[in-house]
Amino acid sequence: MHTQTDVVARLCGVVKRYGHLTALDGVDLVLQRGELLAVLGPNGAGKSTSISLLLGLIRPDGGQAELFGMDPQQIDARRRIGVMLQSAVLPPTLHVGELLRLVASYYPHPRPLKESTGLAGIDDLLNRPYGRLSGGQQRRVQFALALCGRPELVFLDEPTVGMDIDARRKLWSAMRNLVAEGCSVVLTTHYLEEAEALAQRVVVMAKGRVLSEGSVDALRAQVPLARIRCATDLDVEAVSAWPLVNAAQREGGRLLILTSEPENVLRRLLDADASLSALEVQRAGLAEAFTELTREEDEQQEAA
Amino acid sequence: MNSVSIPAVSAAPSITGMSTRRVIGAYLAEARSECLRYMRAPAFMLPIMLLPTMFYLLFGVVMNGSAGADTARYLLVSYGVFGVMSPGLFGFGVSLALERDGGLLTYKRALPMPPGAYLLGKMLMAMVAAGVVILLLLTMALTLGHVVLSWQQAGLLLLTGVLGVLPFCALGMLIGTLIKGQGAPGMLNMVYLPMSFLSGLWIPMSMLPKALQQIAPIWPSYHLHQLGLAALGLQHGGVIQHFGVLAGFAAVFLIIAARRLRRYG
Repeated sequence: MHTQTDVVARLCGVVKRYGHLTALDGVDLVLQRGELLAVLGPNGAGKSTSISLLLGLIRPDGGQAELFGMDPQQIDARRRIGVMLQSAVLPPTLHVGELLRLVASYYPHPRPLKESTGLAGIDDLLNRPYGRLSGGQQRRVQFALALCGRPELVFLDEPTVGMDIDARRKLWSAMRNLVAEGCSVVLTTHYLEEAEALAQRVVVMAKGRVLSEGSVDALRAQVPLARIRCATDLDVEAVSAWPLVNAAQREGGRLLILTSEPENVLRRLLDADASLSALEVQRAGLAEAFTELTREEDEQQEAA
Repeated sequence: MNSVSIPAVSAAPSITGMSTRRVIGAYLAEARSECLRYMRAPAFMLPIMLLPTMFYLLFGVVMNGSAGADTARYLLVSYGVFGVMSPGLFGFGVSLALERDGGLLTYKRALPMPPGAYLLGKMLMAMVAAGVVILLLLTMALTLGHVVLSWQQAGLLLLTGVLGVLPFCALGMLIGTLIKGQGAPGMLNMVYLPMSFLSGLWIPMSMLPKALQQIAPIWPSYHLHQLGLAALGLQHGGVIQHFGVLAGFAAVFLIIAARRLRRYG
């Protein structure tokens, strides 16, 4: 009973076709209250289609989409969510404050204006016409619009595209504040470091299916790679032919080795070159895991 | 309404019920922003305001110095109808086409905006703009054109304009659902200008070829013109038929457009 009320959004065996193209091929997705879920995947993986289904913008051809146990097309379900879409041209002549008041008017218990602008860091933009803002400022305003209704769940579709590092970090901390308040967040992103920095759970999608699902650590563990870097004279070609070495390459005067068994490779490496220096061993990041996962998928598809 | 369906065990502090007052507030906020954003857009407001007033000034006031009082009133109605059509067609059509293209409509559909608030807001904006056009023309007619009107006649013409914009809103909406983005203004002009000419808004009906006179009743603007003439006492009878035809046009355009919007967004 408890678990049921804690699910805020769910896709259940969802199939969506556009003509001959199958955009989603039996996707299951569950979002718990208070968690930040990152949805990763290359273009055309089905991320946006999944979001559109949960927002009630499109209907599934098979399976079920649910928001708070309701059909997403019911307005009462959507009164509990906030949205930041990747591409929405908002009215350029309206001022930021007017936009915020408008979107807040759709909700039963919106945040006070000051609270929304404070959370999104746009206090100084209130009286500016939206069309005169820079790209990064517009994204921050869109973020404020997503949270101004005091939603229990926020959808952020590629929120930090086109932002500089500073603005991105600010938005990240705003997202963390939102989660700390108990709000759930669904985040789609191209930036793996974004998922790594924020997400409690990561879903990797490709070609309309969920490839993997779990914590960031579990996803990394699924592709147990380590990165060895060192300064050595050993030949790259020779090293890459060693057993247990997945890949080797030169990178700025250093040798970089990817392996699933760093202990064995290290032993051989130290034996082979006594003058080896500047040794670093690192667990592979989400980026490598992600590349491995989607590459395997490609190979399977080609083999089939 | 649906708060009943939320399980009683829910730990969530949320009360999703929206009070009627807040729902009405949302409709008002939508209408207000819709009016504000277009009143602030000169590219939209200037053609709507300038075209009919310049035409009226030229043909109705300057070049019409010696003609009778009836002619002056007739021209006031013609340019009034011409002026009322554009906020409907362009206010609805162009903005809908652009907003479908730019993703604003998708965004609004994802938000919990009350149903129809988007279209009602645009409708109200068009009605306000139409009212302003008629008031401008009335002012010019009474001061520069020395047209004599009773308060009742002026009021009726204003009412005709404010309500008469609605069938053109529906037509604009239909065209806006057929064409996406930048192609819409051109297409709307292809409808707006020939229709104005063919329903006798630029040249009196009696001066058009017989064949064109006979097909004139297929244009909604013809019927609005007749209603406007009746408002100023230049025409008697047939008010109910013209009103009925306009309501029919509006309903048909609206139904087709709404179906297309639902299907294609």
